[in-house]
Amino acid sequence: MSNLRVLLVDDEEEFVTTLSERLSLRGIETEVAYNGENALAKMNQRTPDIVILDVMMPGLSGLDVLRQIKETLPDIPVILLTGRGSTREGIDGMKQGAFDYLMKPVDIEDLIKKMNEAMKRR
Amino acid sequence: MVWIKERFHKWTRIGTPDSLYNDEPPQKHYDRLRRNLMIIILSMALTPMILMAIINYHQYRNAIRDETIKPIQSLLTNLKHVLDIFLAERKSSLNLIANSYDFEEINNQAKLNKIFMVLREEFKEFVDIGVIDSSGLQKTYVGPYNLKGKDYKDQSWFKEVMVRNEYISDVFMGYRRFPHFVIAVKRDLHNGEFWVIRATIDTAKFNRIITSMELEPESDLFLINQDGILQTPSRYHGNVLDKYPLSMPVLTQISSAVVQETYVSKGYQTLIGYACLDIKPFILIFIKKPGEIMKTWFALKSELFWVLFFSCILIIGATYGIVKTLVRHIQESDERRGTALREAQYANKLASVGRLAAGVSHEINNPLAIINEKAGLMKDIIERSEEFPEREKFLKLIGSIHGSVERSKVVTHRLLSFAKRMDVALENIDLADLLKEVIGFLEREAFHRNIDLRLNFDPKLPRIISDKGQLQQVFLNIITNAFEAVENGGMVHIITSIKDESYVQVVVQDNGQGIPEKYLPHIFEPFFTTKKKYGTGLGLSITYGIVQKLGGDLTVQSKEGDGTTFTVIIPTKSKPYLEEGNHV
Repeated sequence: MSNLRVLLVDDEEEFVTTLSERLSLRGIETEVAYNGENALAKMNQRTPDIVILDVMMPGLSGLDVLRQIKETLPDIPVILLTGRGSTREGIDGMKQGAFDYLMKPVDIEDLIKKMNEAMKRR
Repeated sequence: MVWIKERFHKWTRIGTPDSLYNDEPPQKHYDRLRRNLMIIILSMALTPMILMAIINYHQYRNAIRDETIKPIQSLLTNLKHVLDIFLAERKSSLNLIANSYDFEEINNQAKLNKIFMVLREEFKEFVDIGVIDSSGLQKTYVGPYNLKGKDYKDQSWFKEVMVRNEYISDVFMGYRRFPHFVIAVKRDLHNGEFWVIRATIDTAKFNRIITSMELEPESDLFLINQDGILQTPSRYHGNVLDKYPLSMPVLTQISSAVVQETYVSKGYQTLIGYACLDIKPFILIFIKKPGEIMKTWFALKSELFWVLFFSCILIIGATYGIVKTLVRHIQESDERRGTALREAQYANKLASVGRLAAGVSHEINNPLAIINEKAGLMKDIIERSEEFPEREKFLKLIGSIHGSVERSKVVTHRLLSFAKRMDVALENIDLADLLKEVIGFLEREAFHRNIDLRLNFDPKLPRIISDKGQLQQVFLNIITNAFEAVENGGMVHIITSIKDESYVQVVVQDNGQGIPEKYLPHIFEPFFTTKKKYGTGLGLSITYGIVQKLGGDLTVQSKEGDGTTFTVIIPTKSKPYLEEGNHV
């Protein structure tokens, strides 16, 4: 799991910073973005190994960001997070190339497991 | 006018959505509507017609009466004049003779013979003529009988001619044995003496004048005198000198004829016309018998009646048909509207609940996620520190936080499953397998409660394309409900069948307590529950929503005490996917 770089995108700052800190404690290098535009900008600066993306965000939504990532960097796996219960968004995301989706609140071990799966698949 | 309008509106008020929920049984409402429409239309259609018929009836009757009476009046007036002239001429001729000769001249058999011959040339009805002196003795006589020397002194006519100078007798037979009458005129002399000339006239001519009127066969025309004795023969009212059988007319001194309507026999109308002669108080009587008068009238009356009768029947029939169709259409459209309204309400409620659930889940899940991560981080830090005061206690507290987050998550996710079920994923399904699978969950309960679970599956049932998970949910809900409804040892019957080419049908029947009628319209509404403590009121509404989404239909029949039947109709091929707008 060393040298894995993750980009965390969510408009809930408290959530992403805390999650980022927890992942760091587990030896995962993280970077955070609080909105879609910021996330895309950061990806252009330095390409992450994996992206964790919240679906519901003001401005560019998670699915918009996902679409743009898949256009420019189709090999980067994206795991979606959704606060809404509807599996529909998750399914739509997966149709557009997301690796999988998880429902908030997530268990951090589940998230790391998914990330590992995604990296293996890659 | 306003009240009429209100009344009309009230009378014809059609079903409004409110009235569908009224306590009044809807059928009664439509019966009343039908009755009131019938009354209004019929009274509007029939009143003018009946009024017209009554007016026509009277107009016709008056017209016919006028038509009948006028000819009678003119006939009587004409005939009266003819008869008056007849009598006047005979009288004048005698007057002429009396004034033309002196007593000495006329009291001569040869002269009187000649005069009589001349008279007979003019008026053949003269039978005889005689000259009577002031003592009442007949001095000279010409005629078929030997009446010379007859003394008339004590006879009433002689006395009358002495007073009045002239006399016309009633008709009588005398010893001549044929009806005749007598005219006598007096000639005064200068010395106070007088003489009288007396002639007998055969009434045959009289009769001929009357019969020449060419009466209709049912009519009668004759003369009577003041004592009610017939002076001429009649057809139906006796012969000459018979007594007039009807009551005597009240005589008024009028010159024109009078026509009266009287009811003489069996209530039939008879027209009787009178005319009084001027010269002699004879009364000319005309009688028109009922049949004659009424024939046209009866024909017209019955014609009028039948036209009215058939028109009424036609109008009533047509009105009944039209009103029946109209009210049926109104009723059907009300029912459709009611159903559509209820469905729209369900859909609306489901949609709102779905939106609410999704919104709540998002709003709660995000803070939950933060709490989760913060607590997680605390746990990470504690676990990673070598020394942390009261480490175990904090780990326990954090565990408690995680436990609460987990519980909240379960709640929000359960709430969300309501919205989630609105998604459809289609598969090719064997309905019998699916039902057996669902029943598998409940078999233990059935066994323990000794419930008689009967399955009656149509082996020819085609495989269907639908959402397996959702159908499982549907049947699990319905069959669970049935299990809840029955007592231990009760019966639940599940029947599958082919409804038609494009639908299959699953019927779940139980013999449980049934659903009270007042709840029936609401059982598919979200949050409607009778299980106050346990139920969310979402079960059947989710079920209904799913069946609708799958393009099917869910209906229920229930009778309190007898049990409940749920009928699920599922299309063999559900529509592939939902529109985004329907998604909740």
